[in-house]
Amino acid sequence: MALPIFHPVDDPGPDFSSLLRRSGTPAIHQGETALTVRHATTVVALRFADGIVMAGDRRATEGYSIAHRAMDKVFPADRWSAVAIAGAAGPAVEMVRLFQVQLEHYEKVEGVSLSLEGKANQLAQMVRQHLPMAMQGLAVVPLFAGYDLRREVGRIYTYDVTGGHYEEADFQATGSGGRDARTTIKLGFREGLARAEAIELAIEALYEAADEDAGTGGPDLVRGIYPLVAVVDAEGYAQVEEAVVADRFLALIERKRAERGTRPSRGDPG
Amino acid sequence: MSMPFYVAPEQVMKDRAEYAQKGIARGRSLVATTFQDGIVIVAENPSRSLHKISEIYDRIAFAGVGKYNEYDQLRVAGVRHADTKGFTFSREDVDARSLANLYAQYLGNVFTHEMKPLEVEILVAELSADTRPDQLYHIAYEGTITDEENYAVLGGDAETITERVGESWQADWDLASALTAAVRALAGPDRSLEAADLEVAVLSRQNGRRTFRRIGNEELAELLPEAPASPAVTEEPAPKDPEPEEPEA
Repeated sequence: MALPIFHPVDDPGPDFSSLLRRSGTPAIHQGETALTVRHATTVVALRFADGIVMAGDRRATEGYSIAHRAMDKVFPADRWSAVAIAGAAGPAVEMVRLFQVQLEHYEKVEGVSLSLEGKANQLAQMVRQHLPMAMQGLAVVPLFAGYDLRREVGRIYTYDVTGGHYEEADFQATGSGGRDARTTIKLGFREGLARAEAIELAIEALYEAADEDAGTGGPDLVRGIYPLVAVVDAEGYAQVEEAVVADRFLALIERKRAERGTRPSRGDPG
Repeated sequence: MSMPFYVAPEQVMKDRAEYAQKGIARGRSLVATTFQDGIVIVAENPSRSLHKISEIYDRIAFAGVGKYNEYDQLRVAGVRHADTKGFTFSREDVDARSLANLYAQYLGNVFTHEMKPLEVEILVAELSADTRPDQLYHIAYEGTITDEENYAVLGGDAETITERVGESWQADWDLASALTAAVRALAGPDRSLEAADLEVAVLSRQNGRRTFRRIGNEELAELLPEAPASPAVTEEPAPKDPEPEEPEA
C-alpha cells in the first residue's frame, strides 16, 4: 500500500470519508467471498379503513447467528408515512436516516411537504443509487406506506433492488419471511378492516413468518422484546404501545395452544 | 479620463449603514418573546405564503425582516447547514449559537466587501434544552450579534416597540397574554392588528421532537382578544385603547 500523499488541488483535507474515496479504499469490504453482514428480515404493511398498519420483527442475523435481538426495522419517514426495511442492516438503516432527513429538508426548504407519491419516488431513487452495492450482495429492499392527505387513503409501495417501485392495492410483506407473512395476511384480509383488526392481522402474520423462517424473530417472552407495530392514519404516525403488542401476542399464543389441544405430540414436550 | 474620487472609509461605511437601515425600515417589524411553553414569534405580515418566520431545525427557528429575497436565502442556507450537521454528527449537536455566528460572519463580510449590504435583520431563536437556556440571537445587517434576553424586536421601528414590549413583559406568561402584548406592541397606540395581518409561530415544548409550529389565522383569532373589548382581558399594567378617539395624523 502506497503512502497516501495528495496533490494540493485534490487534497481531501480532514474529511475521512473523502480520504477513503480518493485513496481508492472502499468503505466496505468487498470480494468474492460471501459477506457476513447483518440482515434484517420480515416486515409487513397492510391497509385498513383509516390508514395503514406496518409491522416488523426485531431480529438481525449474521450468517447463522443472531446479531441483534431488538433491532428496529419500522421507522417514521415523516409525520404521515412510515418506512420498513429488509436486507443488509447497515446500508438499510443509513438509507432510512438519509430518507428521513431528505423529507424534512424538503419540507423546510420548500415550505410544503412532498406528496406521498413524491416521497415514494424519492425513496426509489435512493434504492436505485444503491444498486452497485446490491450487486455485491448488500441489497436493501424497503417497504413504504403512508397516509395520502390529498386522497385521504392509506397507500403502500414496494420496491425491488433496482429501484423499481410498485403501488400495492391492499398489503405487502418483504424479507425472508415475507412469503409466509403475505399468505397469512391474504387469508385474513378484507376491505375496510378496523384498526384493531389490522393490528391483529399484522401480528399474526409476523408470528407465522417467525414460525417458518429462521431469520425472523418471534415474540421474545423472556426478554420482553416484541415486534414493532406502527399505524399511520389521518392523525399521523403512531407506534402501537409495546404493552398492547405484548398483550396481543400472548393472546395469540394462548389461542394457538388451545387449538392444539392436549394431544401429545411426538418429540415435542408441551 | 476621470479618476475615481477618494471617499473616506468612514463615509463608505456610514453610507452603507444608512442604505441598509432605510431598506429595513421600509418593512414591517416583528417581536419574539419567551412564554411558559417556549418562544413565540409574531410578525406583521399580510402574506400567507411568503413567510418571515420559519423552521430551521428541531428546536431552532429563523425570522427575518427587510428584503424578502435576501433573508430567505439566509434561511435556506441555515436549513442546509443544520441538516448537514445533524446528519453528519447527531441531532443534539445542532445549536443556534454556531448558526448565529455563521450568519454574523456572512453578514459582516457582505457589509464590508460587497457593493451593497444586505437589507435584513434576522433572529435565530432556540428553545431551551437540558443544558442550554432559551436563546434569542439578534443579528443586524452589518453582522452585529446580540444575545437578547426574554424578548427581541426586529425592524425599523424597533426602539419604540421594544419599549412597549418591555412595559408588559412577564416571565412565564401564557401564550394568549404573550401574543396579545406582542401584537399590541407591534400595532402601537394608533392601530389595531387582526389575525389576517399577522404571521405567528411558536417553538413549544409541547410539540415533540420538531418544536416549531405555525399558528393559523383561526387559532390566532381565538387566542387574541376581540379588538374593542381588549382592555378587560389583558394583564398589561397600563393598557392603551387600541382605537383612540382622535386618530393622530
